[in-house]
Amino acid sequence: MPPIRDVMPAFELFQPTSVTDALGVLSRHGADAWPMAGGNDTFDWLKDRIKKPRVVVDLSMVNELQGVKDAGGGLEIGSTTTLTTIANHPMVKERFPMLAQAALLVASPQIRNVSTLGGNVSQDARCWYYRAGWPCYRAGGNICYADTPQAINREHALFDADRCVAVSPSDTAPALVALDAQFVIRNGDAERVVSAEEFFVGPGIDITKLTSLQPGDLLTAIRIPNTFANKANYFEKVRDRMVWDFALVNIAASFDMSGTSINDARMVVNGVSATPYRLNSVEAFLRGKARDKATADTAAGMAVEGAVPLAHNAYKIPLMKALVKRAIRGDAAWTS
Amino acid sequence: MDLLTTARSPWGESIFTHISWSLFWASLVGGLLFLLAHGGYMLFSQHRKRPSEEVDQLERERTGLPAHITRHGFVARAFHWVMAVSMLVLLFTAFLPIVGVRFAWVQWHWMAGLLLTASVLFHIFHATFVLDFWSIWVGPKDIPEIKAEVMREMGREDYPGPRPGKYPLGNRLYHLAVMVAGLTVIGTGIMMMWRVRTGLVERNPYIFSDITWGLTYVGHGLMGVGFVGLVIAHIYFALRPEKLWITKAMIFGTITRREYLENHDPDRWKNVA
Repeated sequence: MPPIRDVMPAFELFQPTSVTDALGVLSRHGADAWPMAGGNDTFDWLKDRIKKPRVVVDLSMVNELQGVKDAGGGLEIGSTTTLTTIANHPMVKERFPMLAQAALLVASPQIRNVSTLGGNVSQDARCWYYRAGWPCYRAGGNICYADTPQAINREHALFDADRCVAVSPSDTAPALVALDAQFVIRNGDAERVVSAEEFFVGPGIDITKLTSLQPGDLLTAIRIPNTFANKANYFEKVRDRMVWDFALVNIAASFDMSGTSINDARMVVNGVSATPYRLNSVEAFLRGKARDKATADTAAGMAVEGAVPLAHNAYKIPLMKALVKRAIRGDAAWTS
Repeated sequence: MDLLTTARSPWGESIFTHISWSLFWASLVGGLLFLLAHGGYMLFSQHRKRPSEEVDQLERERTGLPAHITRHGFVARAFHWVMAVSMLVLLFTAFLPIVGVRFAWVQWHWMAGLLLTASVLFHIFHATFVLDFWSIWVGPKDIPEIKAEVMREMGREDYPGPRPGKYPLGNRLYHLAVMVAGLTVIGTGIMMMWRVRTGLVERNPYIFSDITWGLTYVGHGLMGVGFVGLVIAHIYFALRPEKLWITKAMIFGTITRREYLENHDPDRWKNVA
């Protein structure tokens, strides 16, 4: 079914100027409402006429949702803060350069100027079978077109595939998981704070969504604790086109060092699973080890245990191993 | 409201994809309403076992009967409980996510499905070659019993007609419904094993056409939600006071001689021990 790229389907547009008003609109329209931040994900869906929300809530005029604030040595970043702002912000660059780097490597400058942190972590899967409007599991159907003997699935999942093999396309998501970020979500008068790991959900839990956001929810801020502030970290993204592309695989890692040995680490790989894939066994192995080649080589083998390649994505296994090694050794990322 | 959901396949065909989950709620509410309606009716209904004088007479006539009569052997009871556990796991794993309890349910679901399939295959073999195969079925020969049961249910306690053999009419009708629904969910569920990663078969979603798959999912869904109502009814009857003797027999295996004579036709269930 070729997409129709002429005009978007009609919808009612709301442009609230406060969080309270935004929450009111979202609450009133529930599942019919589509919150929109930068619009890069939204307009793809609308112009292709695949998603047809009755109500669009444009959040770009809600100033409360923008900006970077100090939070006890950590940071609180408004959900509609642009990626350009994050990539260039002195506090982000000083305390969490990995996040600045991840934001800087998203898409192109023009896109980063309008894309937001909240939008980047909440964007939908980029599997083209799904984006083309085919009735796959993620679209509410009963098949994964990307996981068939004939499928083109070079960009798809290695881990935790449960019927659907789409991956999380976000660059900032693994960085936020590696920094143990907290996501502040409001719905009506209620507020809940979930960890980055809880924010992202895999197909086993909910096959039609990549996040735990529910109708009426508004992601208002992302809080990054000071746990890994000013500490060693690493981000690297591998993509087909250096100028502008989604990650084939990316990696984010935070290290708490004691001399030359690792006290604690959080390592997260994206592009290999529907959620940022945390390397728990590698993290446990790294504690007390030196950050050297021998450690990196062992950890790389552990990182890919359990990988189930599809017909065309087995290359991601050595790629992931290489990224894990580089992150542990601290090699300069060639994408920087 | 669409009871079945449809989509357009990549080849432009209109295909079924699922049933509407509103049917799940319909089955759940229907089962609960039946429970309330039947419970209310039974408050005013007479129980349909034999009058005690008639049972006394039968006891005097049939002196060779043991004090305890085996209603369900160990193997039959083991099958029943294995099937019950697998069925409950199947229902909870299928429908809890729909009511908002999120968890990775697919693996638990197909594993419970395999257990159900194995237990049903065993049951078919056991019932065919060991048990009295025809005792559970309903057919034209049962019309007089059905008529008598209906009349007694309507209050004509003295209406003449046969008492049930080993299985009361309700048991046999329920078994028929469960058999149809069960074989459908098992058949469609086995087909679906080619759609998920199990490690048992090589995954290939293209072994059937999209239309066939759509019908498979619809059949699985319809019978699945049907089981919600059926299981509610089953548990309800198992817990009703006048049926507890049957439930106890499914746990301990036997009924008393008097329960046998009160509720069964000794001429239609002869081989008792």
